[in-house]
Amino acid sequence: MPEARKIPAPIVTSETETFWNAAREGRFVVPTCSACGKAHWYPRAICPFCGSDKVQWRNASGRGTIYTFSVMRRAKEPYAIAYVTLAEGPTMMTNLVDCDFDELSIGQAVNVVFKDTEGGPPVPMFRPV
Amino acid sequence: MTIKGKAYIAGAFEHPTRHAPDKTVAQLHAEVALGALADAGLAREDIDGFFCAGDAPGPGPATMAEYLNLTKLRHVDSTELGGTSYVALVGHAAAAIALGKCNVALITLAGRPRSEGQATGTTPRLRDPNQPEAAFEFPYGMTTANGYAMCAMRHRHQYGTTSEQLAWIKVAASHHAQHNPNAMLPDVVTVADVVNSPVIADPLHRLDCCVISDGGGALIVVRPEVAKSLRRPPVKIIGAGETVKHLSGGTFDLTISGASRSGPVAFDEAGVTPPDIKYVSIYDSFTITVLMQIEDLGFCDKGAGGKFVADGNLISGVGKLPFNTDGGGLCNNHPANRGGMTKIIEAVRQLRGEAHPAVQVKNCNLALAQGTGMQLGTRHCSATLIMERE
Repeated sequence: MPEARKIPAPIVTSETETFWNAAREGRFVVPTCSACGKAHWYPRAICPFCGSDKVQWRNASGRGTIYTFSVMRRAKEPYAIAYVTLAEGPTMMTNLVDCDFDELSIGQAVNVVFKDTEGGPPVPMFRPV
Repeated sequence: MTIKGKAYIAGAFEHPTRHAPDKTVAQLHAEVALGALADAGLAREDIDGFFCAGDAPGPGPATMAEYLNLTKLRHVDSTELGGTSYVALVGHAAAAIALGKCNVALITLAGRPRSEGQATGTTPRLRDPNQPEAAFEFPYGMTTANGYAMCAMRHRHQYGTTSEQLAWIKVAASHHAQHNPNAMLPDVVTVADVVNSPVIADPLHRLDCCVISDGGGALIVVRPEVAKSLRRPPVKIIGAGETVKHLSGGTFDLTISGASRSGPVAFDEAGVTPPDIKYVSIYDSFTITVLMQIEDLGFCDKGAGGKFVADGNLISGVGKLPFNTDGGGLCNNHPANRGGMTKIIEAVRQLRGEAHPAVQVKNCNLALAQGTGMQLGTRHCSATLIMERE
């Protein structure tokens, strides 16, 4: 397994503070609109589907499947960027970690895992089930 | 209201440099502006509309307007759509001319990422911390290359597109580049050369990626009365479309580009269909960029792009859809990391009958330029431009 890359800290804003506080507790929450019922990604205060500001943070299952991925071979420490489709609906950008990159495939089931960043809250990544 | 026939490209100039360590970006903008004016047979005093994008030094059009000492401006537009900006700006210039806002529009592009040593495609860059998605992309090592690579990986999964099929796009570009004395990569390559080059981001290889070059280009767009008074073969603008495609709150299909929306708008306005087009310039930041746009413009069915581009079908004189006969971004140049301008310039050469004789398309009366700006793997701008020889 290649050595882990240093992960830059995410920028925390007033819109996403709750998300990152949950991440510090190891909880993966997904923004979900209480007006139209849909979950979205990336997280924002205004629902991208219906325009409502009644967006709530709901505990997510942490389960998903790989929509697509690419291993950055050119990097000093190769890493796998990916989109994972969450069980809750939306597809999010992430990294695939703790795995053999040569064994990855689209459609594979993955679970969320939080990884430390350089001086910020941990970020959600995924590893194959 | 339409722009069809309301404006003409009267001047076009591509800077011959591919490496300009001894010139400034402003100087390159000025050199291409003067080159396009000379090509058109017009003077700086004739310019009353100035169009530029994010590569122009300073915010908006003011800095370059001053450097060039443009004193007659009554219409300006610095719409920033990334590398496809110039494809859209030709449409904007035609619209402004149709509305009587200006008569002679200058559009410029220039930059020198090669001299500045930018690792353009492989280094994660935080462009603007106020972008709300930054926290959900930057930590994951999002770069230009791996974003496009994720599109290619998904396309392969959904449609069975192979690395060899993608390689044919580079092979076709190299067949054209061998005739371009200014091309950065003038050597003809094979499918094996491409798939055996080092992997940058799976499944894209080094030779699936465009070059990094300095340089620039400029265009002069004028009203019909002005075009008729000039000596150069007039190129009529007959259709333009533009759009943004993004991740739609996490519900997206990464195999589809914005060309699926900007294309039909441009075709409708022009009143032509894909089989009518004799030559295409297709933005080629990566081979996958070309394949997806060709599908989305309707030159083949969605998902059939791999078969369509294979076996030399994009090579002028060989295949059915000659593309990027200057060698494109894959082999010729990619000034300022923005390929939209050079796409239009080669289409103008084809319509004027001034492409290199080895790649000139016979009876080329209808051409299309298609650009994708920013990141196909997240959010991008798309612009389509259709032009006709008089």
